Amino acid sequence: MINMKVNLAGVELKNPVMEASGTFGSGAEYSEFVDLNQLGAVVTKGVASIPWPGNPTPRITETWGGMLNAIGLQNPGIDVFVKRDIPFLKQFDTKIIVNVCGRTEEDYIQVVERLGDEPVDLLEINISCPNVKEGGIAFGQDPKAVEAITRACKSHAKQPIIMKLSPNVTDITVMAKAAEAGGADVISLINTITGMKIDVDRRTFALANKTGGLSGPAIKPVAVRMVYQVAQAVRLPIIGMGGIQSSEDALEFILAGASAVAVGTANFYNPYATTEVVKGIFQYMEKNQMEDIGSLVGAVR
Amino acid sequence: MAKVKETAAILSQEQLAKGIYSMWIHTEAIASQAVPGQFINIYTRDGAKLLPRPISLCEIDEEGKKLRIVYRVAGEGTREFSRCKAGEMVDILGPLGNGFPLEEGAGKKVLLIGGGIGIPPMLETARRLEGDKTIILGYRDSQTFLQEEFQALGTVFTATEDGSIGVEGNVLDAIRQENIQGEIIFACGPIPMLRGVKEYAAERNMGCLLSLEERMACGIGACLACVCQSRGIDSHSQVKNKRICKDGPVFWAEEVEL
Repeated sequence: MINMKVNLAGVELKNPVMEASGTFGSGAEYSEFVDLNQLGAVVTKGVASIPWPGNPTPRITETWGGMLNAIGLQNPGIDVFVKRDIPFLKQFDTKIIVNVCGRTEEDYIQVVERLGDEPVDLLEINISCPNVKEGGIAFGQDPKAVEAITRACKSHAKQPIIMKLSPNVTDITVMAKAAEAGGADVISLINTITGMKIDVDRRTFALANKTGGLSGPAIKPVAVRMVYQVAQAVRLPIIGMGGIQSSEDALEFILAGASAVAVGTANFYNPYATTEVVKGIFQYMEKNQMEDIGSLVGAVR
Repeated sequence: MAKVKETAAILSQEQLAKGIYSMWIHTEAIASQAVPGQFINIYTRDGAKLLPRPISLCEIDEEGKKLRIVYRVAGEGTREFSRCKAGEMVDILGPLGNGFPLEEGAGKKVLLIGGGIGIPPMLETARRLEGDKTIILGYRDSQTFLQEEFQALGTVFTATEDGSIGVEGNVLDAIRQENIQGEIIFACGPIPMLRGVKEYAAERNMGCLLSLEERMACGIGACLACVCQSRGIDSHSQVKNKRICKDGPVFWAEEVEL
């Protein structure tokens, strides 16, 4: 009997696989390709207290082994999200993780409080989006700010909170410890790495926002390293992500110390990526005669 | 209608003009449900090029389960497609987006306008539109393509920027110079052309359907990369943004800001 269940701050997921916020909408579009019941959790696109229009286009560009995005957290706002997206996800036997974004501490708290009475399992606090001028990464690059926003969200949250960290820092463990000190229940990492691409024919930036967040297989080694470092630095469970496109990639993160994993950019080029990762992890455990996925978490030291 | 990712067989590959290629592919599931104005995502074999290339459907053979794409080599990804030969396989996802609402043209005098690489999707659209069709095609120069196919479906007027064939100038110059009249417009082409077509239609109070493009990642409405500005608040996004891949690529001209 193979046990793929994982526990994140008291929430039991049937398996460790979810998708990364922003790559999956609220699940409706990808439900045409994958059975959401097979995922450990669905993580929604970031939602704010009011609708956000996002950045001008072009918002994405391809890079070697990856892509840059500067969507700018376009979202329909919490009111429509609660009415439309949560009821959609409730049809499925999976956990719901809502990614929360804001420009100010008050914005975050408003969304966190609003979700308190909703059938949501975990809240992921986005303090790491590199593509918005206010909020996002501004809260994620200073340990004092990380601790303060974590404490503020935690004190208003009914659900356990996941703090999503930015890799755009000198020492990721400092930020992870700050989140832990602020009362975080879970840590997720990494968000995208700030990058830039220049269109040499047009002699301009490839993205209207000039910079964007780098994601995809190109960033995976950085992400695995950071997950490993954070796993050594804090006692909290970790959701690892950054370039995962196969079960082998996911297992790297788990062996490095992640209790769960998220598939992001791979959804864009393989809409079946999430469930393929679930299946691949199962087959790996079967082949290696492993009974409990927990025995793999952080097994490489 | 279900979107499907499948590995399709390339039936033929042909160069039509400088940098313009035509590929017929056999698809088990996509061709039978596709409609004109829709597109497919095509994947390169180079693992370093992650994102699919969205390419509009030029011809749809439902019974023969075949699709034709006519595309421009715009970079390394499309260059790879252009080197594929009959018998090789290619991964595709589709059908994506909404096609042209052909019923809007029924019983009307329709102007079908295509500019540059916006010409190919107008071919199947022209074939399936019933009634009186006038087709206006704009090219840069004498490197034209699909002319004969269009001539079999209606009256064709051609404009070239350098004046080498047809009217010198753009599609609107052709419409004015040839005094072309119509009641509704179906158009696809570069943004400056669409802007002009939208203005032309508004001045004459004509219905006008435009097919847009933008850089895309997922192609199915999840990533929010390929938005265009909408005139009013969109019911899905709750802001003045519509997703070209999912809500479009065809919009009524008055719905969108170009």
